[in-house]
Amino acid sequence: MEFEYLIIFLPLVGAIISGFFGKFLGSRNSEILTSLFVSISSIFSFLIFYKVFNEGYINNLDIFTWINSGSFNVNWSIKVDALSSVMLVVVTLVSSVVHIYSIGYMSHDPHKQRFMSYLSLFTFSMLMLVTSDNFLQLFFGWEGVGLCSYFLIGFWFKKESANAAAIKAFVVNRVGDFGFALGIFLIFYLFGTVNYVEVFELVPKSLDVNLNFLGLNFNAINLICILLFIGAMGKSAQIFLHTWLPDAMEGPTPVSALIHAATMVTAGVFLVVRCSPIYEYSPLALNIITIVGMSTAFFAATIALAQDDIKKIIAYSTCSQLGYMFFAAGVGAYNVAMFHLFTHAFFKALLFLGSGSIIHSFKDEQNINLMGGVWKKLPYTWLLMIIGTLALTGFPFLSGFYSKDAIIEFAYLRGNTVGYFAAGIGVFTALLTSIYSWRLMFKTFHGDYNNKNLNISSMHESPMVMIIPLIILAIGAIFSGFLFKDLFIGIESSSNFWKNSIFFLEPLSQDHPPSWFILLTPILVILSIPTAYYIFVKNIKITHEIVNGNLPLYNFLKNKWYFDELYNYLFVNTSKKDRLIFLEKNRFKIY
Amino acid sequence: MGFPILSSLILLPLLGAIFIFFSKSKSNAHLTSKYLALFVSFSNFILSLYLWHLFDPSIAEFQFLEEQSWIKGFVNYKVGIDGISILFIILTAFIAPLCIVSVNSTVKYRLKDFLVAILVMESLMIGVFCSLDLVIFYLFFEGGLIPMFLIIGIWGGERRVYSAFKFFLYTLLGSVLMLVAIISIYWITGSTDITYLYNLGIDAKYQYLLWLAFFSSFAVKTPMWPVHTWLPDAHVEAPTAGSVLLAAILLKMAGYGFIRFSVGLFPIASEYFIPLIYILSLIAIIYTSLVALMQEDMKKLIAYSSVAHMGFVTLGIFTFTQQGLEGSIFQMISHGLVSAALFLSVGVVYERMHTRLISNYGGLVSIMPKYAIVLMVFTLGAVGLPGTSGFIGEFLILIGAFKKSFLVAAIASIGVILSAAYMLWLYKRVVFGEIKKDEIKKMPDLNRAEIFILSLLVLPIIFFGFYPEPLLSTTEISIENLIEMYNTNINLNLVEK
Repeated sequence: MEFEYLIIFLPLVGAIISGFFGKFLGSRNSEILTSLFVSISSIFSFLIFYKVFNEGYINNLDIFTWINSGSFNVNWSIKVDALSSVMLVVVTLVSSVVHIYSIGYMSHDPHKQRFMSYLSLFTFSMLMLVTSDNFLQLFFGWEGVGLCSYFLIGFWFKKESANAAAIKAFVVNRVGDFGFALGIFLIFYLFGTVNYVEVFELVPKSLDVNLNFLGLNFNAINLICILLFIGAMGKSAQIFLHTWLPDAMEGPTPVSALIHAATMVTAGVFLVVRCSPIYEYSPLALNIITIVGMSTAFFAATIALAQDDIKKIIAYSTCSQLGYMFFAAGVGAYNVAMFHLFTHAFFKALLFLGSGSIIHSFKDEQNINLMGGVWKKLPYTWLLMIIGTLALTGFPFLSGFYSKDAIIEFAYLRGNTVGYFAAGIGVFTALLTSIYSWRLMFKTFHGDYNNKNLNISSMHESPMVMIIPLIILAIGAIFSGFLFKDLFIGIESSSNFWKNSIFFLEPLSQDHPPSWFILLTPILVILSIPTAYYIFVKNIKITHEIVNGNLPLYNFLKNKWYFDELYNYLFVNTSKKDRLIFLEKNRFKIY
Repeated sequence: MGFPILSSLILLPLLGAIFIFFSKSKSNAHLTSKYLALFVSFSNFILSLYLWHLFDPSIAEFQFLEEQSWIKGFVNYKVGIDGISILFIILTAFIAPLCIVSVNSTVKYRLKDFLVAILVMESLMIGVFCSLDLVIFYLFFEGGLIPMFLIIGIWGGERRVYSAFKFFLYTLLGSVLMLVAIISIYWITGSTDITYLYNLGIDAKYQYLLWLAFFSSFAVKTPMWPVHTWLPDAHVEAPTAGSVLLAAILLKMAGYGFIRFSVGLFPIASEYFIPLIYILSLIAIIYTSLVALMQEDMKKLIAYSSVAHMGFVTLGIFTFTQQGLEGSIFQMISHGLVSAALFLSVGVVYERMHTRLISNYGGLVSIMPKYAIVLMVFTLGAVGLPGTSGFIGEFLILIGAFKKSFLVAAIASIGVILSAAYMLWLYKRVVFGEIKKDEIKKMPDLNRAEIFILSLLVLPIIFFGFYPEPLLSTTEISIENLIEMYNTNINLNLVEK
C-alpha cells in the first residue's frame, strides 16, 4: 500500500464518516476523527516531500479507468512529483491546522459534524486536483473544491447574504470554468489526449497550428493558454473575476483561511505552473498573465486601503498576493511563483485565523473602527498577528521577504518592457501592502478602545486549541522562506528539486539587479511601519484630512472600484428586464 | 432461436396489467394490486439485467432477434437489440417499479387503473426500444401516448384536460407525418424491415423529405425548441409518477429515434440538416435555460431544464463522433435518472405542502435534513458537476461538438454556466434561508419508503459519475458501427456527385 492512497483517501473517509454517521459519533468524536485523519495525511505528505527532495522520488499511480470513449481515455490517477509534493504539504498542513482550530472556533455551532465533513471533503477534492496526471481529473478537483467552497461560504444557511455570496462564488467560478473547459476541449481536439505528459510532448510539434474562429485566425497554443488562464482567473480571483472572493468572507473564518487564502485560490497559480511546458511556448499568454497579475496586485491593494471589515481587508490582500504569484509565473519564474504560494499559505492562513481569534473575542464584530486598544488583552493573538503582518509585508528575513522580493527581482530581470513595468508596480504595491496591513494592526490592537457594545474588561484570549494552530503557522511564516529558499529558487539546487515538473524554455537569468533596487523594497517596508503608526494611531486627524481631501478617490476605493455595481448593471439588471419577456411567453403559445 | 427474452420483456408488464385490470376490487385490493404491479415490474427489471448479462457488447449486429410474420409481405413483428437500445430498455425497466413504489396518497381514486396505465406504458416503451420494423415501431411509439394521455387527463391537477389534449395533439400532429413517411418508405423500397433498409440504403433524393417527416415527430417528442411548449404544461398537471415516466423515458424515445432512424436510415439528409439541428439545439440550451431561471413553479423549472438537457442530446447525436454519440446516450440515461429523481423530490414536498410555488418554501434544511442531502445530489447531477453522471454526458457531447465547430461548443458551454445558476438558485430558495411558513415546521423528514426510492437514484448517479465504463463499453461497438455506416454513405454520395 503506497502512502499516496492514505494521503488522498483518509480525508474522504473522514468526510464520509463525519457526514453520514456524525449523529451517532457525536460532535466531539467527529471533530477528533476528521482532524486526526487529516493530520495523518499531513504527516505522510511531509514524508513524501522529504523523499522527493532527498531521493528525487516520483510516482504515477493509475487507480482505475474513468472515461473511455473512442480515442478519449482518462484514468483516475495520483501523480507525485516535486510540484505536487509541495502542494500536498501546503494543503494537508494548512488543512489539519484549520481542522484543529475549528474545534475551538465552531464550539458554539450546532452543526459541527457537517462543518468538519465539508472541510475534509474539500481537502480530498483539493488533493485530487493537485495529484492529477491529466486535465480532466484536474477539472474534477477544480469543480469539487468550488462545490465545497459553495457549501462552506453558505454554511450559515439562514443568512441571506451568505447564501447570495455562495451562489455568486459558484457562478462566477463557472464563468472561469467555461474558459477552462473550452481549453480542455481544444487540447483534446489538437493533441487527441488530455494526459499531461503526452500533451506536453506534443506541444513543440504543434506550434504553428492556427484555428479559425469567427473569421479570425488564432494560434492554437496561444488560445489554449489563454483559455486555461481564464479558468485560473476565476479560481484565483484575478481582476474582472475577483468579485466573489470578498463576498466569500461571509463564510466562517477557518474556511477563509483554508480555502480563500492558502489552498483553493492558489489552484489557478498551480494550473499555470503545471502547464509551464505549454505556456513557455506562448509569450503572448505570458504577457497577458503578467499584466493581469500586476493589475490585480495593484488594484486589490488600493481597495484594501479603504476597507473597514477586517476579513475583507485580508481578502483583498489575498487577491493582491495572488496577483504577485501570477506575474511571477508570467515573467517565466514559475518556481518563484510556487515559492510565494508556499510562504503565502503560512502567513495568510495565520492572518486569517488570527483575525478569527479577534472576531471571536469581539463577539462577531468585524469592523476595525469598532476595535482598538486591546493588544494587552489579547497578547498571543497580537504577537502572532504581528508575525503574520511582518511576513506578509516582506519584512527582512521573514518568509514573505524572500519570496516577494524574488518576484520583483525576476520581473526586473525579465528585461522587457512588461517586466520593468511589473517590477515597478511590484515595489509600489509592496508599499501599499505594508500600509494597509499596519493600518489593520494599529486600528485593531492600538489606539483607543472604540467598541460600545462590549466592555473592554470582558475581552479575553482565545482557547489554546485555537492558539496552538496559530503558533504552528507562525513558525512557518517565520522560517519557511529562509529554510526553503535554496530548494525552491536557488540557482542549481532548485533545478535538482523541480526536475521535469517545471519547464523552462530558456534558463532563468542568473544576474542580479542593481543593489539599490534590491534594497528599495525592504527600506520602503521598514519605513512604512512608523509612518503608519503616526498616521493611524498618533495623529488620526491626518487620516481624516487625507480622506476629506481626496473624497472622490476614497469613495472609489471604498466602493471597490465599482465592479459590483458595473456587473449588476450589465448582467443582473438586464436579466431582470428579460424576465418580463419570458413571462410574456404566453403570447407565443399555439393552441 | 432460444428463449424469447425480448418478447417476454414486452409482454410481462402487459400481462400483469391485464391481470390487475380484471381482478375484482375489494376493500383492501388496492394494496394487493400495488404489490402485484410492483412484483411484475421488478421481475421485469431483473429480466432486463439478465438481458444485459447475456448481451455481447463486442458485436455490432442486432442480437436476440425474434421474427414473426404478421401481415404477410407487409408487416413483420421483428425485435432485436444492439448496444444503443439495451440501455434504454434497462432504464425503462428500472424506472417503472420506482414509479409504482412512489404511487401513494397523491393518487386518490382509481389506483388500480393508474397501475394498469403505468404497466402498459412500460410494455410499450420497451417495445419502442427493441422494434426492428418501422410499422411495429410506429405502433409502440404512438401507443405510448394513450396511457400518458390518460395519466395526465384522469389523475392530473386542475388544468389536466387542457394539458392532456395539448400533449396529445402536439405529439400526434408530428407523428402523422412520420406515418406518411413510413408508408412512402414501403412504397419506395418494398419493406419496412430496419436491418434490410440499413443494408439497402435509401436513395438520396428521397431522404430529405423523409428525414423532415421523421424529424417533425421526434422534434415534438424530444422536445426541441420551438415545439416544446406542451412539456411544461404536461409536467405541471401530471401526477408525480406521470412526470417521472414522461421525463425519464418518454422523452428518450425521440432521442433514440434520432439515432436509430434519422441517422441510421437517412445519413445524407442528416448531414444536410446539421445546421438546423445545431441552431435549434443551441436555442434550446440557452433560451430555455434562461426561461428556467425565471420560473416560479418548481415543476416548470425542472421541465424547462429538461428541454435544455435534451438540447445537449440532439447536439451530441448530430456531431457524428464517437464521443458525441456516446455522450448523447449517456446523457439520456443520466437525465432519465436525474429528472426522475428531481420530480420525485418535488413530489415529496408537494405531498406535504400541496404547493409547487418556490416562494412558499424556504428553510427546509433544518426541518428535513435528509431531504436536503439527497436533493443536493440530484441538483448537482443536473448541474453536471464532475463526479455525477450528468458531467460525463455533457462533457463527451461538448468534446464531440468541438470537433465539428468551436463556436457551437462554446455557445453550448454557456448552458453549463446557466444550469448552475438556475439549479442552485432553486435549491437555495427551497432549502436554505429562513423558514417562512408555519406549515413547513410541521413537515416530517423523508420516511423509509422515500429514502429507499431516492437512494436507489442517488447511487447510480454517483456511481456512473465515477465509473461510467459499464455504460460506455456497452454502447461503444454499436456506435462505431453506426458512424462507419454513416461515413460510408456520405462518401459514396460525394463520389456519385
